Amino acid sequence: MNEDYTPTELLAYVAAGLLEDGKSVFVGTGLPMIAAMLAQRTHAPNLLIIFEAGGIGPQVPVLPISVGDSRTFYRAVAASSMHEVMSAGQAGYVDYGFLGAAQIDPYGNLNTTVIGEWDHPLVRLPGSGGANDIGSFCWRTIIVMRQDKRRFVEHLDFLTTPGYLDGPGARERAGLPAGSGPYRVITQLGLYDFDEDSKRMRLLATHPGVTVDDICANSAFELIIPDQVGTTEPPSPQVRRILREIDPTGMVIGK
Amino acid sequence: MDILQTGQGELIGWHDPDEHRAWVAAHKSRALEDKRTTLREAIARYVPDGAIIACGGFGHIRVSMAAIYEIIRQHKRDLTFCGKTAVHDSDVLIAAGAVCRIEVAYAFGHELRGLSPASRRAVESGRCQVVAEISNAGYQWRFLAAAMGLPFIPTRVMLGTDTLAHSSAKVIEDPFSGKPIALLPACYPDVVLMHVHRCDKYGNCQVDGIAVEDFELARAARRLIITTEEIVDEEMIRSQPWRTLIPYYLVDAVIEAPYGAHPTLMPDRYYFDEDHIGEWLRLSKTDEGAAEYFERYVYSVEDFAEYLELIGGEERLEYLRQVEHLEAPLRAPWLEEKK
Repeated sequence: MNEDYTPTELLAYVAAGLLEDGKSVFVGTGLPMIAAMLAQRTHAPNLLIIFEAGGIGPQVPVLPISVGDSRTFYRAVAASSMHEVMSAGQAGYVDYGFLGAAQIDPYGNLNTTVIGEWDHPLVRLPGSGGANDIGSFCWRTIIVMRQDKRRFVEHLDFLTTPGYLDGPGARERAGLPAGSGPYRVITQLGLYDFDEDSKRMRLLATHPGVTVDDICANSAFELIIPDQVGTTEPPSPQVRRILREIDPTGMVIGK
Repeated sequence: MDILQTGQGELIGWHDPDEHRAWVAAHKSRALEDKRTTLREAIARYVPDGAIIACGGFGHIRVSMAAIYEIIRQHKRDLTFCGKTAVHDSDVLIAAGAVCRIEVAYAFGHELRGLSPASRRAVESGRCQVVAEISNAGYQWRFLAAAMGLPFIPTRVMLGTDTLAHSSAKVIEDPFSGKPIALLPACYPDVVLMHVHRCDKYGNCQVDGIAVEDFELARAARRLIITTEEIVDEEMIRSQPWRTLIPYYLVDAVIEAPYGAHPTLMPDRYYFDEDHIGEWLRLSKTDEGAAEYFERYVYSVEDFAEYLELIGGEERLEYLRQVEHLEAPLRAPWLEEKK
C-alpha cells in the first residue's frame, strides 16, 4: 500500500514530522506550506503558522499560491504586516523557518540569487525574498531542496542566506542572533543535520531504497557519514489522503 | 565610529532627513482637499521618466494594475523599481521597457508559477540592471526608516552574506551591545502606486486583510497615487477612524478603479486570474509575444473599464469572486504545463 507514495509526498511527510506542536513556524511558498499544513492537521494542531506578508496563526484551507494569498490569513488570529512578523522573528518568537534553495554548501549557507557571476548571470533567480530574514532570525531553519552535484556544492555562486557561514561561532561573530541557524536539510534522497563541532552537514537518515553511496554520489562536497544511519518512514495512506485535501489541484504534490 | 563593512550596492531613494522635511513642507498639502482625478492625469503628473517607483501590496497581491497599465500606455521610460517582493508588477513593467533598473529583494519569479520569462530575459541580457540586493525585511525597514524621517535603521538581517555585500547597507559595531549591526538606509520612492479597498475623496484609506508593508511604504513615498475599489463618504471613515491605514495628507491622487488589481489578488474581493496570468506567462516567453500582450490589453484599449470587458467582464469577475471565497475550484493553465 505504502509503495505508491511519490517523492514529494515523502518530503512533505518527513518535513512535517520535524515540526512540534505548540511551536511557531515561518513558512515559505510551496512544499513548506504543505508540510506545515500537514503537521497542523496531524500531530501538531497548535502549530503557530506565520507568513512573511502578515498572516499569523491561520487555519489554511487549501494550498496558497503565494505567501501573501488570502488563504494565508484564513481564520487567522491576525492579518498583520511584514513589519509585525519580521519583528517577531528578530525578537525571538519564531522557532522554525522553512526554506528552499538552488544551491547549498556544507555549512548550510544558501543561494537563491544567481547562478554564474552576479553582474553577468547565467541564470538570474528571484533573490533573497524573505529567505535571508528567516535564515537570520529563526531559532531552527529547515531547508527542503533537490539534491545533486550542481546543488550540493563546496562553494556557492552567491551567499544569499546565512547558514553557519564558515564554521563554529561565525554567525555570532557576524552579528547574527546567537544560538540560531540551520537545523535539518531534507532532499529527495535523505535527511541531514549539522555536526555540533564543525557545523558541517551530516547524514541522519536515508529515504527507503536509497543507499549511502547514492547520497555521496549526489553531493559535490564531503558529507559527514556516521556509523549509524537511520531510514525515514514513508507516509501512510491516511497522510497521503490529507495531502490531497491540502493540495486538491496537485500544484505541489502533483497529480 | 568605525564602519566594519560597506555594501557595494547602489544607494537609491535616499535623502538627507532635513532635505526631506523641507520637501514635505513645500510639497505635501495638509488641507482636506478633493484629490479625485483620472489615472491618465495622475500618471502624467506624478511619474516622470527616470523616477524611482514602488508598488503597494505584495507583487501579485493587491497591486494597482490599473496604474501600471497606464504607465505602460504612456510609454514612461528609465524607471527604477523598488523590488520589494516584485512579481507580476515588475514583470510587466520590465517587459514593456518602462523599468530598466531594479533593487531586488524578490523579483523575476512568480512564486509557485515558476520564474518570470520576460523579466529574466531582460536581466540576463542586460536590458534591465540589478542595482542592489536586499532582503524582504530589509526593504520594508528601509521604508520604515523613511516613514520615521530617519537617515537609517539598525537591524540584524543580511549580516555575513553576499546579500549584504551587494546591498546599500553598512555594518558598524553597535555602541550598546558591542556586536556588529547592519544599518539600512532610508528609502523614499519618488512615487508609489497603491490599490486599496476603499477611501474617501480626500484619500483616507482602509485596507482589508494583511497590510503587508503599505503602512511604511505610504509614509515613505514622496508622491502617493491611490487607486481604490470604491470611493466612500467621509462619514464612513470618521465613524471608524481606527480602520484608517493611510491618512489623507500622505495621498496625492485618488482614482476610483473597481477591480483595479486584476489579474492580481484583491483580498476578500477576487482571487488571482490564473487564466490571464497564465496567458501572460505563455506569451511573454518571447519579446514578440509580450508585445502582442501589450497591444491587446494595454495599447488598444482606452482605459481600465474597457480592459475589464476584454478579460471577460462581469462573468469572469464573478468567477474570481467565487474562487476567492472558496466557492469555486481554481483553474490554472500553468498547472497543466507544469505536469
